[in-house]
Amino acid sequence: MAKITINKEACKGCGLCVSVCPKQILRVSPTTSNNQGYFVVEETDPEKCIGCAFCATMCPDCVITVER
Amino acid sequence: MAVVFKKTEMLTDTPLHYCPGCTHGIAHRLVAEALEELGLKGKVVGIAPVGCAVFAYKYFNCDMQEAAHGRAPAVATGIKLTNPDNIVFAYQGDGDLASIGMAEIVHAAARGVNITVIFINNAIYGMTGGQMAPTTLLGQKATTCPAGRDAKVNGNPIRVSEMLATLDGPSFIARCSLADVPNIKKAKKAILQAFRNQIDGKGFSFVELLSTCPTNWHMSPVKALDYVKNEMTAQYPLGVFKEVK
Amino acid sequence: MAERKLMKGNEAIAEAAVRGGCRFYAGYPITPQNEIPEYMSWRLPQVGGHFIQAESEIAAINMVYGSAGAGGRAMTSSSSPGVSLKQEGISYICGAELPCVIINMVRSGPGLGGIQPAQGDYFQAVKGGGHGDYRMLVYGPCSVQECVNLVYDAFDKAEKYRLPVMILGDGMLGQIMEAVTLPDMKDPATFPKKPWATTGEGFGASRRVVNSLYIVPDELEEMNHKLQKVYDDMCANETMFEEYLTEDAEVVVTAYGTVARIAKSAVDLLRTKGVKAGLFRPITLYPFPKDALSDLAAQASVKKFVAVELSMGQYVEDVKLIVAGRKPVEFFNRTGGNVMSPEDIVDFVCKEA
Repeated sequence: MAKITINKEACKGCGLCVSVCPKQILRVSPTTSNNQGYFVVEETDPEKCIGCAFCATMCPDCVITVER
Repeated sequence: MAVVFKKTEMLTDTPLHYCPGCTHGIAHRLVAEALEELGLKGKVVGIAPVGCAVFAYKYFNCDMQEAAHGRAPAVATGIKLTNPDNIVFAYQGDGDLASIGMAEIVHAAARGVNITVIFINNAIYGMTGGQMAPTTLLGQKATTCPAGRDAKVNGNPIRVSEMLATLDGPSFIARCSLADVPNIKKAKKAILQAFRNQIDGKGFSFVELLSTCPTNWHMSPVKALDYVKNEMTAQYPLGVFKEVK
Repeated sequence: MAERKLMKGNEAIAEAAVRGGCRFYAGYPITPQNEIPEYMSWRLPQVGGHFIQAESEIAAINMVYGSAGAGGRAMTSSSSPGVSLKQEGISYICGAELPCVIINMVRSGPGLGGIQPAQGDYFQAVKGGGHGDYRMLVYGPCSVQECVNLVYDAFDKAEKYRLPVMILGDGMLGQIMEAVTLPDMKDPATFPKKPWATTGEGFGASRRVVNSLYIVPDELEEMNHKLQKVYDDMCANETMFEEYLTEDAEVVVTAYGTVARIAKSAVDLLRTKGVKAGLFRPITLYPFPKDALSDLAAQASVKKFVAVELSMGQYVEDVKLIVAGRKPVEFFNRTGGNVMSPEDIVDFVCKEA
């Protein structure tokens, strides 16, 4: 089992994490935005997460914490 | 479940001002993680340049000095000679290092001053709005070469790592890319190696990181990664150019 | 242990700096101050200090910035063109409130100019040659001994106010040899603590940042007012000047640096000719000794002032500013590297009488 935690307020919706997630379970939300006005990343299928941390590695703003 | 990835304590809580998808943030994280893993908390002084990373002193959780544009290697030299036990790193952009600060970086390298320089090459002046840098690729558009860089008019892009590798002072020179996860991991290793060289007193170490500038390249953050992977890496081959064992 | 030695001005300055606590020097070759880096290159290692010949005067001042920011007692020296290159660095040092010592052995200008003595850098030194509102504590020594005395305490002054101290000498002062008494080596244990210095221990709340960037206007405005308080405090406490035979003077010759020594000889000559001459010599060029000069301007016996200078007229402007029209201020000068003799000054004063 694996899990990621997204610090929504720090996310800038850049999509780098989405582009490298091997399980394609991340997307930039079309509706949810944070106080900075960015649409933030969210998980589409949290159960499929394998905890590889590719997303966190690619994130320029240390938004994602990964547990496994 | 154990935490396998979290933000390093060597970065402050201040949110980064960088544009969405700018890989400066990744570079900051790699440096900060290296400082943590090498146990350098409370022993390190960083130098922020003038450029997009001008606010780096807000992000690295250590003593910091803000250098005048291009002068970080000189400031770092002053710090290192004054407190030789400190680990000292300069974090610079391509305009800062390869244009106005070229003399400073060349001479710091030639002297072999025992400092570590992290060089962010994103082929553009970011903070000032997208002007041509010494590393701007031929044909690449910038606000001061709007039709695309023309060697006859704007000169040729400079491969800094290879240039510095011709000097005898440096103990480690590598160029890495932040374009994808595998390369980011290689970059982390190179940064660790650079700091280890400093810890071991081997002298000047240097890591060039090919980086993106989505805003001034007028590309999406993801497309900008491809530009690094393809065009930038073609002009700036990755690898270790100098390594003193 | 205090020593009596015959020394060249440049070398005496370097030795005084070392005895005053300097342990980091970055410089670059330029006539007429080359003996300073040369001397430092072998002397600093003897006391556990660091000498570095930088790739340029710009690099040198920024190395001093780094060293000072890390808590070091740092110095650089140069001559006119080189000091021009340092102006941005000096502005940064002031903006970051860093202490250091800068020596300018002035030579004739503008441009490449010449290598002989001059005083054409006065404005740059006292009005601020770099960008923004900042000041330095600027001394105009007139002898090798005075250079030693001023440089010896310069680091303490710089650290007291956290700003650069500049010694505005000239090529003559650097090259002449005079007997000097060298004070004892200062004990670093007596130096003030620098909690603001980036010595590496900082983490979290205890982080130290040496910086002059204030992107929020209110913060930068506040910073400027804070600096002004420092400068006002410095004016109140550090002003230094010398008066010679001014009690009954009718003609007050005024000059600084080596020209003031020449002027003093002229005053003596004038007195032998029955002319009641006196000398007013500022030792601090900033802060300018305004009150003392103003008092002289108000003194009944004083008929006129003669400002003597090795430039086309810079110091004389400040004299006029302070005399404020109460008495005439005449101007006698040589430049290009030429230096007037005492007799030249006497002829000028008598001709005008």
